[in-house]
Amino acid sequence: MSLLSVENLRVEFPSHQGPVEVVKGISFDLGRERLGIVGESGSGKSMTGRALMRLIAPPGRVTADRMVFDGQDLQTLPDKAMRRLRGARLSMVMQDPKFSLNPVMTIGHQMSEVLEFHGRQNRKQRRESVLKALRSVRIDDPERVYRQYPHEVSGGMGQRVMIAMMVILEPDLMIADEPTSALDVSVQSQVLDIMDDLIRYKGMGLILISHDLNLVSRYCDRILVMFKGRIVETCEAGQLHQATHPYTQGLLASVPVLNEHRNRLPILDRIQLGSV
Amino acid sequence: MTAVRLSARPVPPSLRWLKTGAGFLATLSLTFLGLLLITFVIGRVVPIDPVLAVVGDRAPQEVYDAVKLEMGLNDPLWLQFIHYVGSVLQGDLGMAVSSQRPVIEELGRVFPATLEMATLGILIGVFIGVPAGVVAAANQGRWVDQVIRVIGLAGYAIPAFWLGLVGLALFYAHLHWVGGPGRLDIFMEGLVKPKTGLLLLDSALAGEWGVFRSAVSHIVLPAFILGFFSLAYIARMTRSFMLDQLSQEYIVTARVKGAPERVVIWRHAFRAIRIQLVTVIGLSFAQLLEGSVMIETVFSWPGIGNYLTNALLNADMNAVLGATLVIGAVFIGINRLSDLLYRILDPRARA
Ligand SMILES: Nc1ncnc2c1ncn2[C@@H]1O[C@H](COP(=O)(O)OP(=O)(O)O)[C@@H](O)[C@H]1O
Ligand SMILES: [Mg+2]
Repeated sequence: MSLLSVENLRVEFPSHQGPVEVVKGISFDLGRERLGIVGESGSGKSMTGRALMRLIAPPGRVTADRMVFDGQDLQTLPDKAMRRLRGARLSMVMQDPKFSLNPVMTIGHQMSEVLEFHGRQNRKQRRESVLKALRSVRIDDPERVYRQYPHEVSGGMGQRVMIAMMVILEPDLMIADEPTSALDVSVQSQVLDIMDDLIRYKGMGLILISHDLNLVSRYCDRILVMFKGRIVETCEAGQLHQATHPYTQGLLASVPVLNEHRNRLPILDRIQLGSV
Repeated sequence: MTAVRLSARPVPPSLRWLKTGAGFLATLSLTFLGLLLITFVIGRVVPIDPVLAVVGDRAPQEVYDAVKLEMGLNDPLWLQFIHYVGSVLQGDLGMAVSSQRPVIEELGRVFPATLEMATLGILIGVFIGVPAGVVAAANQGRWVDQVIRVIGLAGYAIPAFWLGLVGLALFYAHLHWVGGPGRLDIFMEGLVKPKTGLLLLDSALAGEWGVFRSAVSHIVLPAFILGFFSLAYIARMTRSFMLDQLSQEYIVTARVKGAPERVVIWRHAFRAIRIQLVTVIGLSFAQLLEGSVMIETVFSWPGIGNYLTNALLNADMNAVLGATLVIGAVFIGINRLSDLLYRILDPRARA
C-alpha cells in the first residue's frame, strides 16, 4: 500500500471573475521515496503541498476524489486527528526561515513545542531531544543555538533548525517547499545534503518542491513536472532526458551545462505551450 | 585585591546595566528640559501680561514697574529660563491667580482625581479590549467578530458627553445604581484625610469603608465610560495587529507542528503583538491622563481636564503652564516606560 495517494486534487480561490483553479486535478501516488515536484513560479506547487497538509484556509477550496495518507482519508479526518498527524507523521519545511520561524521565541522553545504538542516527554527530556536534533543537522554548539532567537542565526542555520524541527518526531513524510531558494548559493547544497542524509537514514518519504530541475533530479527518485496547475510529465529522475512534454524539454534545454558554448540559453515558447 | 581587566573582554552585565540606566536618565532629563523650554516659551509669547495678572490693571505705573523688577522680568531671557527651571525643580509653579493658592497644591488635588479615573478606565480598556480584539481576529468574519467591530465603531462615533448624560440619566437618576456627579456623596466629603489623593486608596487605607463605597459608586460610571472608549480603540487595534500576524508564515509553521488553535492564537500570534500593544495602551492611557474634559464636565469631576479648561478660560497662565507641565511629564514618563517594555518584550530590540 502506498503512503500517500492523491486523485484529482483541485484547489480554487474565488476572484472577481469567478473561481480560479490554481491546481487543476492532479493525481499521484507516493511510497517511502523521494518525489520531486518541479515547475515554474505560480504553477501551483506550494498550493499542492499546503493542500496535503490541509492548510488552505477559506476562501480557498480544496477538493479531491481521493486523498489518503497511510489509510487515513485526509478530507474527512476530524481537525483534532489532523493535528495529531501534523508534525508527528506529516511535516513541512518552508521557503524562508526569516519568516517561517517565530521571531519572538527562542529556537529551543519553538523546537520543543513539536514534542509538547504531541505530548512527548517532560521538559528536561524535551530539551535533550531538541539538542540531539540540532546535532543531527550538524550544528556544533546546539546549547547556544537553543537559546538564540531566529534573527541571531544565519539563513542556512535557520533552515537547518527548521529541518531539525520537522524531523524531530521522525514523520513518515516531509514536504520541503523550495527549502533552499531563499539561501545563499554557497550553503544550498550543504543544507540539501543534510536533509537528504536525514531522510534516507530515517527512511522517510519526501516531496521536494522546487523550480530547479537540476536540484530536483539530484535529490529525488521520481519527478513530477507541473505547469499551470497540471502535471504534464512524470518520470524517473534518471530518465529526464527522455522527457516527451514540450514544457519539460523546454526546461531541460534552458539548463546551462558546464563547458558548453551557447551564446544564449533558449527560452520557453509560451505561445506554443499555451495550447497544451 | 583583584585587578579588573576591562580590555577585550565583554562588558560585564552589571556595568552594562549601569550604562543603560545612565543613558536612560540622561534622555529623560533632556526631554524634560525640552518640555520646560516649551512651557517657558509659551508663557512668554501669550499676550497675557504676568505683571498685570498680579497687580491688577488699575495699579499705578510705579507699582507696576516695581513688581515687574521683583518678578525678574527685566532679566535677560536665558536668566529667566534658568530661574524658571530652578523654581520648577523646587516644586514652585507660581500662584494661581484666581484662587491665590500655589499651583502645585491645586495640581496635587486635581491630578489624583484624574489619575484614579484614568487608571480604572485603562484597566477596563485593556482587560476587555485586548481579549475582545484577539477573539475577533481569531473568528474573522463570524458573528463574534461583527459584534466586536460594531462596538469598536461605536467607540469611534458616539460622543463622550452624550454617553455620559445618558448614563447619568439611566443609572443614576432612573435606576439609582450609581452615585451622581462628583467624587463622593456630599456628606462624606472631608471624612478622609487625603494622603495620595486617590480616594479609593485613601479611604481603604483609613478603613473608612462607607467613604470607600461612596467613592466606588461615584467613579464606576465615568470610569466605565472612559473604559468603553479605550476598549473600543484597543480592541480595534488588537484585532488588526492580530490579523496581520495570523497571515505570517510562522503561523503556518506552528500549525504544521500540530499546534492547537489556542496555542497558535495566544502563544504565537499574541506574543508577537504585545510589542505593538504596549505602544497603543501607553498612548491610550496618556490620553486618559490628560483628562477627558467632556466626562469631567458632565460628572463634575474635579480633575485636571476641568482644571486646565477653567484656567484657560480665566487666562490664569501659571495654572495653565503648571497643568501643561504635568501632562507633558506624564507623556514623557509613559513614553519612556513603553520604550523599556519594548526592549524587554522584543528580542530584536535588545541587541
Ligand atoms: N490566497 C490566494 N488567493 C488567490 N490566489 C492564490 C492564493 N494563493 C496563491 N494563489 C495563486 O495560486 C497560484 C499557484 O500558487 P503557488 O502554488 O504558490 O505557486 P508555486 O508553484 O510558485 O508554489 C498562483 O498563481 C497564485 O497567484
Ligand atoms: Mg511556491
